[in-house]
Amino acid sequence: MYLLEAKNICKSYANHKALIDVSLQIPKQSIFGLLGPNGAGKTTLIRIITSILQADSGTVLLNGEELNRNHIQVIGYLPEERGLYKKMRVGEQLLYLARLKGLTRSTAVDRIHRWLRKLDMAEWSRKNIEDLSKGMQQKIQFIATVLHEPQLIILDEPFSGFDPINVNIIRDEIMELRNNGATIIFSTHRMESVESLCDHIALINKSEKILDGRKKDIKQQYRSNKFEIEHAGPIGSLNHGYEILETQALENNHYQTVIRVPDKHNPNLLLQAIMGQSEIHKFSEIIPSMNEIFISKVSEQS
Amino acid sequence: MNKILLVVKREYVTRVRKRSFIIMTLSTPLLFAGLIGALLWIATMDQAEQKIITVIDDSGLFKNKFQNTDDLHFLYLDLDLETAKSDLNQLGPDGLLYIPDIDIQNPQGIQLYSESNPHFGVLNKIESTLEKEIELIKMKRMGVDQQTLEIIDTKISVTTLSLTSSGEKESNAEATFGTAYVSSLLIYFFLFLYGVQVMKGVIEEKYNRIVEVIISSIKPFQLMMGKILGIAAVGLTQFLVWVILSILVTSAGVSIMGFKQDAATIVSESAGVDNSSMELAQSSPGIWEMMDTIPFTYVMVTFIIYFLGGYFLYASLFAVVGSAVDSDADSQQFMFPITIPLIISIIALGFVLNDPDGQIAFWMSMVPLTSPVIMLGRIPFGVPFWQLALSVSLLIAGFIITTWIAGRIYRVGILTHGSKVNYKTLTKWFFQNY
Repeated sequence: MYLLEAKNICKSYANHKALIDVSLQIPKQSIFGLLGPNGAGKTTLIRIITSILQADSGTVLLNGEELNRNHIQVIGYLPEERGLYKKMRVGEQLLYLARLKGLTRSTAVDRIHRWLRKLDMAEWSRKNIEDLSKGMQQKIQFIATVLHEPQLIILDEPFSGFDPINVNIIRDEIMELRNNGATIIFSTHRMESVESLCDHIALINKSEKILDGRKKDIKQQYRSNKFEIEHAGPIGSLNHGYEILETQALENNHYQTVIRVPDKHNPNLLLQAIMGQSEIHKFSEIIPSMNEIFISKVSEQS
Repeated sequence: MNKILLVVKREYVTRVRKRSFIIMTLSTPLLFAGLIGALLWIATMDQAEQKIITVIDDSGLFKNKFQNTDDLHFLYLDLDLETAKSDLNQLGPDGLLYIPDIDIQNPQGIQLYSESNPHFGVLNKIESTLEKEIELIKMKRMGVDQQTLEIIDTKISVTTLSLTSSGEKESNAEATFGTAYVSSLLIYFFLFLYGVQVMKGVIEEKYNRIVEVIISSIKPFQLMMGKILGIAAVGLTQFLVWVILSILVTSAGVSIMGFKQDAATIVSESAGVDNSSMELAQSSPGIWEMMDTIPFTYVMVTFIIYFLGGYFLYASLFAVVGSAVDSDADSQQFMFPITIPLIISIIALGFVLNDPDGQIAFWMSMVPLTSPVIMLGRIPFGVPFWQLALSVSLLIAGFIITTWIAGRIYRVGILTHGSKVNYKTLTKWFFQNY
């Protein structure tokens, strides 16, 4: 069941096409990584999903229903370039943003208290935004995004500007929100967070979607059939189509060797072949990182 | 609609709560009243001192003809001029009036000596008394008897009346002119002040980047209208507080100081009103009564209508400027063309007040960009209803059009950062699909 389906979205600005026939399917309760280099069209796509912009053609369905003004309340959006009213108090600001999303005053006040306590910021409620550190301001922005308990949370580079401790706090919150039923679109070009968070991804480059699917499947698809082995004692020649790509001598007669295996190969056979020649200390398949897939796909296109 | 109200409320509350707003709103009328009060007080103080004018009348024609008043006392002395001049200090420093043995047909050589320049009112009184006496003597010589003179003596004060459908009302040219001038200046000031506030608010949201969060909840047009309406409410609040405070302070001041009537005479005297009309002032209405002749409620209601209409017109233009630029500093180039019609209105105001029913006045009070300032200048003089209705309708049409145009440019502008914006870009944004 998909929470959001975008079908054949096209959007052009005065002098260039921002999106060309982009379709996406975002499963319920997933963390969906929307990836792509700067200027690929991610922000435009997000703005169409959040009804800030209107697509030239194509449709967006939310819960199977064409996007309309009522959906504003089920979407929470944290833009990449974001800010708050500097001269407004933390509590008032959150209340204002929550009420714009359609919460009643009392519900909003309850949730604001809960979230501020949860993120250890309760005592800042009456302070002006400008008195807060940048990290704290970003936490407030995060709270503002999720206060109305949206089904779809769109986070555009949510970790930029956070220190590692806050990154972990926010990451845990994102996971918790997902576990409680929310679906998250996570737009970034920082691959390490994709690696640890996303279960689905789509890659957009030059206004077109060039890759999408489950992260696991994509990695599978891009596996290079390479194994990395650390062993004591050298390996001589190997048959069965095994190919030694490189060998690196480590200390104490230890070696690190990369071996390419044929398609649809059983790793146990490779183990067996090496075991006779050398003592194995470490054996692992080299799985391409999202970073490598990203770079190879994007550079392939240009 | 409900969400526009939330925006209106935020805009209103955050502004009205600012210390600078409270101070300005409360202090301006007090300052103004204080200033007027101080002037009047000084004038009364000045008045309390009686001036003594020593008169040496060599002609013998004016014996006891000068009338002593509260502020002027005439002292007749039979001295020769030179002695009197050297003893000026002892006689009284206020003035020494020397009347030589004059030829009635050609009265020359009457002199007033004093240490400082004589007060305008004093000189006026002396001159008019002298003129009147010489005229009397001349008429007597021509054989006009006392009785005829009394019949001839006529005092005229033209009462100006404004003719309206509801009947005749006494009017006063000075008060009308003053009201017109003040209300035009005030609306000019308000349009500018609050228009710029809208612009600054839009720039703040764009610069802070909060705008994208907000327009994912409401339409850009709702945000723009909410801001414009909220600031309008701030403007109205300030205006009403000023009006109420001014009324309270003035009436309090007047009743405390008890110089209601005095003040009127002082004001007209210091304005150099000539002596005979001074006497008439006792019988004709004082300044406060004259002020009552201006239809203040009518002026205030039209002021509010034109403030709102003109403000909506200009505020939406200012909102466009705010959405087009990245910071305050860039706003100058776009602000200039917007302010031109306002500045032209102020320049033209002089002509309009001199000829409130003329061609310039008529046309400028119809064009929406200039009508708020110009029409406010015409209203105290009386404007035909059809002109008022036409002007207001045009103003409403004007702001609907500018708001519509502004909305289309605004929604693109607030999301556009870092690009060089010129008028061509604005046109492109206007036509851009949303």
